[in-house]
Amino acid sequence: MSEKRTDLLRGTLDLLILKALNLEPLHGVGISRRITQITKGAFEVSFGSLFPSLHRMEEKGWVEAEWRPSENNRRAKYYRLTAAGRAQLKLEEREWNQVVKIMTAAVESA
Amino acid sequence: MPGRIVSLYRNLLSKNSVEQALDDELQSSVELLTEEKMKEGHSQQEARRRALIELGGIEQVRTKVREIRVGRLLEDFAADLWLTRRTLVKSPVFTLTAIVTLALGIGANAVVFSVLNALLLRPVKVPNAQNFYLVQRFRHPPQSYPDYLDLRDRNRAFASLMAVKFAGEVGVDTGGNPSTAWPILTSGNYFDALGLRPHLGRFFHASDEQGVNSAPYVVLSYAYWRSHFDGDRSVVGQTVEINKHPLTIIGVAPEEFRGTDLIFSPAFWIPIAEEPTVLGSNSLPNRGEHNLWVMGRLKPGVPPAEAAADLDALGSWLSKTYPASDEGIKFTLASPGLLGDALARPARAFMAGVMLLAGLILLAACANLGSLFAARASDRAKEIAFRLALGSRRWRILRQLLTEALLVSLTGGAIGLAGSVMVLHGLSAWQPLPKIPVNVPVNPDARTYAVALLLAVASGLLFGIVPLRQVLRADPWQVIHTGMSSMGAMRRFTLRDVLLVVQIAICAVLVTSSLVAVRGMERSLHGSYGFQPRDAMIVQTNLHMAGYADDRMPEMQRRMLDAIATIPGVSAVGYAGDLPFSLGGSDSFVYSDNTTDFRPANQAADAMDYSISPGYLRAAETRLLAGRDVTFNDDLGSPAVALVNREFAVKLFGSVDKAVGGHFKLFGGKRIEVVGVVEDGKYRTLTEDQQPAMFSPFLQKVSSSTLLVVRSKRDPSEMAAALENKLHGIDPGLPLTIKTWTEEMGFALFATRVAAVALGVLGLLGAMLAVTGVFGMASYAVSRRLRELGIRVALGAGKREVLRTSLGHACRLLAIGSVAGLALGVAATRVLSHIVYQATPKDPMVLVGVVAAMLIIGLTAAWLPARRALAVDPLLLLREE
Repeated sequence: MSEKRTDLLRGTLDLLILKALNLEPLHGVGISRRITQITKGAFEVSFGSLFPSLHRMEEKGWVEAEWRPSENNRRAKYYRLTAAGRAQLKLEEREWNQVVKIMTAAVESA
Repeated sequence: MPGRIVSLYRNLLSKNSVEQALDDELQSSVELLTEEKMKEGHSQQEARRRALIELGGIEQVRTKVREIRVGRLLEDFAADLWLTRRTLVKSPVFTLTAIVTLALGIGANAVVFSVLNALLLRPVKVPNAQNFYLVQRFRHPPQSYPDYLDLRDRNRAFASLMAVKFAGEVGVDTGGNPSTAWPILTSGNYFDALGLRPHLGRFFHASDEQGVNSAPYVVLSYAYWRSHFDGDRSVVGQTVEINKHPLTIIGVAPEEFRGTDLIFSPAFWIPIAEEPTVLGSNSLPNRGEHNLWVMGRLKPGVPPAEAAADLDALGSWLSKTYPASDEGIKFTLASPGLLGDALARPARAFMAGVMLLAGLILLAACANLGSLFAARASDRAKEIAFRLALGSRRWRILRQLLTEALLVSLTGGAIGLAGSVMVLHGLSAWQPLPKIPVNVPVNPDARTYAVALLLAVASGLLFGIVPLRQVLRADPWQVIHTGMSSMGAMRRFTLRDVLLVVQIAICAVLVTSSLVAVRGMERSLHGSYGFQPRDAMIVQTNLHMAGYADDRMPEMQRRMLDAIATIPGVSAVGYAGDLPFSLGGSDSFVYSDNTTDFRPANQAADAMDYSISPGYLRAAETRLLAGRDVTFNDDLGSPAVALVNREFAVKLFGSVDKAVGGHFKLFGGKRIEVVGVVEDGKYRTLTEDQQPAMFSPFLQKVSSSTLLVVRSKRDPSEMAAALENKLHGIDPGLPLTIKTWTEEMGFALFATRVAAVALGVLGLLGAMLAVTGVFGMASYAVSRRLRELGIRVALGAGKREVLRTSLGHACRLLAIGSVAGLALGVAATRVLSHIVYQATPKDPMVLVGVVAAMLIIGLTAAWLPARRALAVDPLLLLREE
């Protein structure tokens, strides 16, 4: 797999995580399921990619975490978007739309 | 950004709680997933299994999260260090060898660099040293005082020019405690031209100089003030007697100022106007007497080229105005500090050569360590394979190996630097010539430390990356399958072999160079100078100082010769105005007989110019090859004649025989007949190219400087007493210095001695490295093949076969390396021949010596491994596994 493609995928993953957390705080497994759900099953995020991304975003201050009981009353680490995270989401959405527009135009031009 | 700094802080300081939180999160994720799977209808056990599979392994996820964390590099580095320390401590012999090897290599380099730095890179310690220049006459520094005054007043390039005279030893009397010291006489503008401020009191100035005896002052150096006046601040204003003449101490120079010369630091400074008072002679009015060093700082914005042009113009003006003394004079710029070009040029060539050799030593050490590290890496193949199999990354393993290399090299570098600092302090305090305050301040500075650090890191990386390929190619699967012995052992020539050959070659180069140097040194002590300093005494006096007028000098010189000849035990005595290897030796342009235009370009040779009496050749044991000696009839009333050396004869006349009876001309057209030819000799330095020389009869070329060569087999101290007695019988007021000729030559041989010692030490270091290198290789080879050897012995192999199997390879490598090194060394000695007298590799002794040295090195290094191989007990070995 080439460098470019991993970059693109990583960027996509960040956007998907931010998007998943935009509605409500979720724990890691919840985020994974939510992503599968909002992409209509097209993406299944591996935990080996998800957790490193989450921790990086936490260090960047886009998300913050707290421990609280889950729906089944287990303790789980819930992630929530911060203000910076929401700004980042807006930014990434805008960039994504731009990429899509440009790419679509490019692909259809031929 | 602040968030990341907080994270870094948290990650590093509360590492455990961070790790714990991650663990908790992963655990809880597993539980959440398990629950989900159980809802799908799996049993608890199956659900957990599936959960773990989906998560992809707790350990793996944890590693991945760790890798993105801030500060991970630091953490990893700490872990690497910890592991490294543990692995190094586990093999103390290896670690110690490596550290000692590097300490030697880096230490040697630090010492050599520091000397180079002190002598050649660091400017003399005066403010704004970068545009400070020495003005030389032709290529030699000394100038006359009248020329200096013209230079000072007429030049347009220098802010101010000052003059310095090395006065020799003087008597100092501060009231009841006579001692001697080495001062410097300077022009009045000296301190102002340098831009110095006194530590105490005041300096003398140009305005203090109002003619002879107008400035009876002395400025002490800081060191002399501390050592002889206990740093007493009331010393200013006191009177001190120098050579029985009272002078007033007016100040103390700043601590960091040691004079304008690197290796000579004067005790105090006296205005040059006091020369007649203090030294009892007055050379100042004489335009032909060159004994002042003229230096100064260029005006801001004046480039050296412009200054050179200005000096050219001044030279031709002087040449026209004072043709008698300055005809054809030419000035050149040189850097001050090392007696101008006289010392700086050979010093530069030599130091560059030594630096190169020291660099080679370090390179050899790196090759040595590189092969050691490669051997270790392949012994650790199994460990590396396991770590790869357990998910460690290759980069991580490499980094750990590099950390190991760097830790070793930094430790070795630190120890080497500590050692070199001791050596350097010793060198700085060393006074190579007794009684003369000459020393070499080579104390390390920041640059030395920086270079040592750089070398340590560079060499660490250099030998650390040797195992790189091994690690990159390591295949965990195969290694675990086949056990220890698969890596590298199959190939005939490994990287380690190449490294060993390189190392041995380098060591052979070092051994060759040092042997060449030592042989050259030996030859220079017993060699032919064109005279024989053994069994000869030199009496030195100056008739000018003793009050003789020029026209009475030859008569007095002859009386001295006659008197000495009557001393029992004196086999020959002769006079010379100047001796070979004295610092003053003068030279003149000579022209072929048909020359009418005496431009410098038309000269036939630049010949050394001596004046001698009859008997000098016998006293000096200089062989007369053809023609006759000078006689007492060759005086001003008879035709001008001269003896020339073989080089002169060949250069001007084509051969020795054609020279006798031939004529040549001096500048201006004075015609001289060659009456005899003497053997070639050395005149200025031991390593010079053969110079032409001429010897005029002393009655035709009068000089106040008087050197008497006395040949005698009697005890020198006895002889000295007899000489003094006899000469003071003629004139009790004669100032006499009596030495053996060998002592007199100490200064000339000094550089060669230092060179031989330095190269000898480097050669020894090289040999030591070769021993450790071959030893490491041989013992490694033996230990790797102990089992095989055991089997061979069991199958009936004799001692010879065992030795051939175990050490044959190492011996072959040694031979290849030695031959390559010898060839390179022979090439490298061309460089050495610039400094070491008669350095020639075409010397059977050198070739035999190198071969013998390499053999001894090989035998020494292979001795223990060979014994181990021979002692192999097949039963014990076979039982072991």
